[in-house]
Amino acid sequence: MKLTLDSRAMKDVYIETLIKLAEEDQRIVVLDADLMHSNSTIRFMETYPGRAINVGVQEANMIGTAAGLAATGKIPFTHTFSCFNTRRALDQIYMSVAYAKLNVKVVGTDPGITAAYNGGTHMPLEDMGVVRGIPTMTVIEPVDNVMMEALVKDIAYLDGPVYLRVNRKEPVQIYAPGTEFEIGKGKVLTEGDDLTLIASGIMVAESLKAAELLEQKGIRARVVNIFTVKPIDKELIVKCAQETGAIVTCENHNVINGLGSAVAEVLAENCPVPMERVGVQDLFGEVGSVDYLQKRFAMTAEDIAAKAEKCLARK
Amino acid sequence: MNQLQVADRERLEAFAREIRITTLKELGHLGFGHLGGAMSIVELLAVLYGEVMKIDPQNPQWEERDWLVLSKGHAGPALYATLALKGYFPMETLFTLNQGGTKLPSHADRNLTPGVDMTTGSLGQGFSTGLGVALGHRLDGRDNYVYIILGDGECQEGQIWEGVLFGGNAGLDNLVVFVDYNKQQLDGYIDEINPLGDLRAKWEQFGWHAQEVDGHDVAEIYAAIQAAKAAKGKSSVIILNTVKGKGCHFAEGVKLNHHMRFTQEQIAEAIERLEGGRQN
Ligand SMILES: Cc1ncc(C[n+]2csc(CCOP(=O)(O)OP(=O)(O)O)c2C)c(N)n1
Repeated sequence: MKLTLDSRAMKDVYIETLIKLAEEDQRIVVLDADLMHSNSTIRFMETYPGRAINVGVQEANMIGTAAGLAATGKIPFTHTFSCFNTRRALDQIYMSVAYAKLNVKVVGTDPGITAAYNGGTHMPLEDMGVVRGIPTMTVIEPVDNVMMEALVKDIAYLDGPVYLRVNRKEPVQIYAPGTEFEIGKGKVLTEGDDLTLIASGIMVAESLKAAELLEQKGIRARVVNIFTVKPIDKELIVKCAQETGAIVTCENHNVINGLGSAVAEVLAENCPVPMERVGVQDLFGEVGSVDYLQKRFAMTAEDIAAKAEKCLARK
Repeated sequence: MNQLQVADRERLEAFAREIRITTLKELGHLGFGHLGGAMSIVELLAVLYGEVMKIDPQNPQWEERDWLVLSKGHAGPALYATLALKGYFPMETLFTLNQGGTKLPSHADRNLTPGVDMTTGSLGQGFSTGLGVALGHRLDGRDNYVYIILGDGECQEGQIWEGVLFGGNAGLDNLVVFVDYNKQQLDGYIDEINPLGDLRAKWEQFGWHAQEVDGHDVAEIYAAIQAAKAAKGKSSVIILNTVKGKGCHFAEGVKLNHHMRFTQEQIAEAIERLEGGRQN
């Protein structure tokens, strides 16, 4: 599989899709907390000035306001960096949004090590974890522009709160144009029966590279993209465990509470098989380039391949 | 003495120029960064580190020292330039800004950088931690001063106003808070996004000793700090009227000058202009 970078930034594809959707649906409103130029939400504001609000630097108030807007029948999408849109307003997401059953779409950008030069304070490695623990939340991490374009509408019309984890930059293209997706269902990207690599976000491309490295050693790895971390595709995970007997999860997140934990929960209760988790091993983020951080936190294709071999040895 | 002597004023102005040029070199080496909000606090840093603060660069953890909490942590590069000029660490360290493994991350970090007293970056939080440091010193009966630098966009955070209420009631006279009122935030002008209104009146209403001065005039900043210290029993705030991007010709007056990319040529020209005695 040849991997190429898409020329379009994912934040632009996201906002263009939302702008199109909002043309037919007046209920869609956009809120941002002083990162409109970083998130491209400024383009929504330029298109629909009345339906976009820059609240300024105040995330908790943004989420609460969005909840109130939802109570009047709007479909609000809130935006800021992932770290601020989750942990900075967590109680508001918990109570005003989820507990009150209000339909807010929380869009966090620069997840995990893609926060790069903003450093540790801005590097959310716990965002999926903290929102995953809230009942009714759907947690989605789109992997490329094809998926992003396909999912925005489903997210808008999903009845319940959603956390959308968005890499702002140009993603590696994984899917062919026109591919269809269903929230809550994973996708098998390559077949294999020795073990399964289950990946999300930027780690999908690394997993595909890792599968090639493993193939050179005669190991056939199946690669699965779980883009809905909650509700997780239990059926597919159990099937992979039964058919391949070993699982390695790969995520741009702390291995605690994210994809790795979610998969482990499914395996432990349904089909325990040897498992390893690639991701940040319960450390804080640091400043640096994405390349540097990927090596620093052992999140490269080579690291995945090494964990895969370790996992296979336990089979 | 509330007034600076002429010689001191000239010395601090020269120090400010040096901080500004050093910050430009530091950011210029990287090619991008939070330029606007770094430039607007340069005169304040010059007065604090050049005259007011009790510090020992050889002993950053000195118990008797005054503390600085840069609540607008993204202006770290200006603080790092100041600390390097004061001798906290070698000047070459400045060129490791934001590189993997550096001691100088984009946002201020108390565990990484000698001389940085508090970890900041998520806006609003530095204010509360600074209040806590001032309270702690008071509980210990110490006379260390605590200086906190807030951004004006940062003042949109609810946490700031929790702190203003609490700090006003606490009467922390070992504390001086500065608001870098450069009228701009990340997305542009505060007044077009979520205006702060009469900031000084608001702080006064919450029980603070509040002053408003020209944040690029070292003598005014110095005099205001002396007046703040004289206001016994009250927490003090000094609102600094500043210009985002101040002193950097390609950033000053630009709407989106919060985080910028720049070329070596632009930086070289900016430095040359300042060295030639221009204001920007
Ligand atoms: C809680 C939080 N929300 C958002 C950000 C992203 N951010 C960094 S700086 C900034 C604008 C800050 O404006 P201001 O306080 O006026 O800073 P200055 O203009 O002085 O640089 C924003 C939104 C952040 N660092 N922390």
